Amino acid sequence: MNKIITREEAIEKITDGARIMVGGFGLVGSPLSLIEAIAKSNLKDLEIISNNLGEPGKGLGVLVQKKQVKKAIGSYFTSNPEVVHAYQQQELQVELIPQGTMSEAIRAGGAGIGGFYTPVSVGTQLAEGKEERVLKGKKYVLQESLHADVALIKAKKADRLGNLIYSKSARNFNPMMATAADIVIAEVEEVVEVGQISPEEIVTPHLYVTYIVVKGEN
Amino acid sequence: MNVKQYIAARAAKELCHGDVVNLGIGIPTLVANYISPDVHVFLHSENGILGVGPTPEEAYVDPELVNAGKLPVTVLGGASFFNSADSFAMIRGGHVNVSILGVLQVDEAGRIANWAVPGKSVLGVGGAMDLLEGSKKVIVTTLHTNSQGESKLVEELTYPLTSERRVDMIITELAVFSVTDLGLELLETAPGVSLETVQQKTQASFRVSKLFNKNNEVTA
Repeated sequence: MNKIITREEAIEKITDGARIMVGGFGLVGSPLSLIEAIAKSNLKDLEIISNNLGEPGKGLGVLVQKKQVKKAIGSYFTSNPEVVHAYQQQELQVELIPQGTMSEAIRAGGAGIGGFYTPVSVGTQLAEGKEERVLKGKKYVLQESLHADVALIKAKKADRLGNLIYSKSARNFNPMMATAADIVIAEVEEVVEVGQISPEEIVTPHLYVTYIVVKGEN
Repeated sequence: MNVKQYIAARAAKELCHGDVVNLGIGIPTLVANYISPDVHVFLHSENGILGVGPTPEEAYVDPELVNAGKLPVTVLGGASFFNSADSFAMIRGGHVNVSILGVLQVDEAGRIANWAVPGKSVLGVGGAMDLLEGSKKVIVTTLHTNSQGESKLVEELTYPLTSERRVDMIITELAVFSVTDLGLELLETAPGVSLETVQQKTQASFRVSKLFNKNNEVTA
């Protein structure tokens, strides 16, 4: 089975209003080639789950400029002043989750867990409306897990089956997002033959990966 | 040494050999420059690195190797990379010994506000709440007053709370406080700073610790 497709074919898997996870910590480890292809498309009303929304005119920031994003779920949007502006103009909805709670919610979503109790954010604005519960004498809030229609992730290298390895701090949210969407599209720097990545090295096993797009080969 | 560097250098003295340490953005980042050569610590960065090294020269910058402030870093021997869920499991699970954080305000019980400003859109929290909740020891490094000259050590927070968890120590350019069940305790004043000055510039009430060292005006 051939998982390798072009980025244009990849974008055809996404529909208007889709909930999309996008990997990256800022621009590091973000699938910039796939994002660029969305920017060239007419996709709209997207719900993006990502730690940030890029920078002005860079990464997911381009989709904000083109008003393709309806809602963003993440932990830190202040690094893009255009996100702040779009929010104030009521062009963009934002749901803010502490970074550790967000990464765990994605991990849980991929692992079949409906939600979990975390001590983080208890007693703060971000816990408003969330169920609070005392366990072993300590207060926790309920966080529901996160799942998406599509995950767009970035890896360093794939083999033809879709086994993935990552590069340095570009790993970040990508391995969890690879587990937590119906369709997972991995943008990679290179594809090698099966067997050329040691089983000990593989971070994301191939069963999670639906499609592979090779960066710069379109 | 400017005041921020002074605060960072003072905070560095609190680190112990073998500590796993997370440094926040701003003054906390500077702490790395002042750690004694005979104290080996392991710097943790919440975007997925244990064993962060110094800032690289421009020719050696790797775009895929950044710290939580998105600035280029290097890694030392024995370093490891991991995903964000694992990184925050380390933090929330109590595996990080010390976090050094900046604040907007700290109240007289030692609770802090460091993620949002009233009246502005609240669009960023990052790892602030996780680090405060989970780290074994939390040290605050901050200028004593804000840009309007108002005390950042206040009776009651007027900015949104980061966590119900109290910090353990507060280090400013004027003084060092520990946080106890009874509130803030003054441990020391900076060289050349009198107790009266600290009292004048601090809105929060505090007690003077039995350990308060008046001699540090000359010895520090």
